[in-house]
Amino acid sequence: MATPTIETPRSGRVSPGYSRTPGSRGNFEMIAWLFMRISGAILVVLIFVHLYVNLVAGDGITGIDFGFVAGKWASPFWQIWDLTMLWLAMLHGTNGIRVIINDYAEKNSTRMWLKGVLYTSTVVIVVLGTLVIFTFDPCPVIDGVAHVADYCPAP
Amino acid sequence: MPKTLSPTGTLYRGREGQWSWVAHRITGVVIFFFLLVHVLDTSLVRVSPEAYDAVIASYKNPIMGLGELGLVAAIVFHAFNGIRVILVDFWKKGPKYHRQMLWSVVGLWAVVMIAFSIRHLSHVFGG
Ligand code: HEM
Ligand code: HEM
Repeated sequence: MATPTIETPRSGRVSPGYSRTPGSRGNFEMIAWLFMRISGAILVVLIFVHLYVNLVAGDGITGIDFGFVAGKWASPFWQIWDLTMLWLAMLHGTNGIRVIINDYAEKNSTRMWLKGVLYTSTVVIVVLGTLVIFTFDPCPVIDGVAHVADYCPAP
Repeated sequence: MPKTLSPTGTLYRGREGQWSWVAHRITGVVIFFFLLVHVLDTSLVRVSPEAYDAVIASYKNPIMGLGELGLVAAIVFHAFNGIRVILVDFWKKGPKYHRQMLWSVVGLWAVVMIAFSIRHLSHVFGG
């Protein structure tokens, strides 16, 4: 059996029956493709350092508690680090899942629903994560009871 | 619009190229869902120190310890293979050496994972 010939996507010889959206969507897919590569390269550094500091150095996973997080977020350096990691990883992951949905969900309505759920979760997680970093309080007073730690003022 | 979209034969060539793509896709999805949960559990620092510590304590038991090993294995593969994909796309000789680069990815991944497993498991199981 002869190998089927597959035209390159931009050749203009692709049967219109295989095209979901009429006309061009501008440069969006190219920008998304480029973004996956640029964000990926930056994420390697961000995530590997995150895993090293939290899982390998010191007491590793056994050393993580509220005080550990307070110690890190006392410094704007780690706040910005985590913020960048949050945004880049979420956008990179969301775009990756968008591509996967486009690949496997063939019905228009299924794709629309899945992407609706995806984009909603992304917005919720990115907003929540951002708020958590910037509203973090190392010495909270809950129901009138102050948190006790050596870095907090004595009540 | 054709009713069924069944290709005759396989459109892919199999072997290293296709399998690394399958692994890249699966690890990407796994990391994404972990990250959703991870931001939720971290957000407990805004509820109370006790709530955060209670949930994080469950990450320290041996079963979760093995789960963390799996997560790190997925991340390290996705990261190294992602660099390989970037090299295939942007480096002149990338497509020619894509197969050799995959074996380098697998080799580097094994070295990192052996070192990490020793360190992490001694934290999880050690006193
Ligand atoms: C088992 C492995 C991991 C552990 C134990 C861990 C632990 C932590 C801890 C303790 C924090 C609090 C702040 C800090 O330490 O910087 C945090 C925050 C964060 N981690 Fe991880 N992490 C792990 C894996 C990952 C991975 C693989 C990613 C990326 C995909 C990631 C992304 C983040 C982000 C974005 C934040 C900030 C969350 C927020 O804005 O509320 N973490 N992690
Ligand atoms: C550690 C650094 C990372 C690097 C170097 C990296 C690299 C890449 C690259 C280059 C692609 C595009 C593949 C292609 O177009 O064929 C990609 C896809 C993807 N990435 Fe990442 N990535 C990283 C981290 C992450 C994280 C943290 C997540 C999840 C939050 C993630 C989820 C995905 C997903 C779901 C895809 C789509 C897979 C597909 O279409 O088959 N990646 N990654």
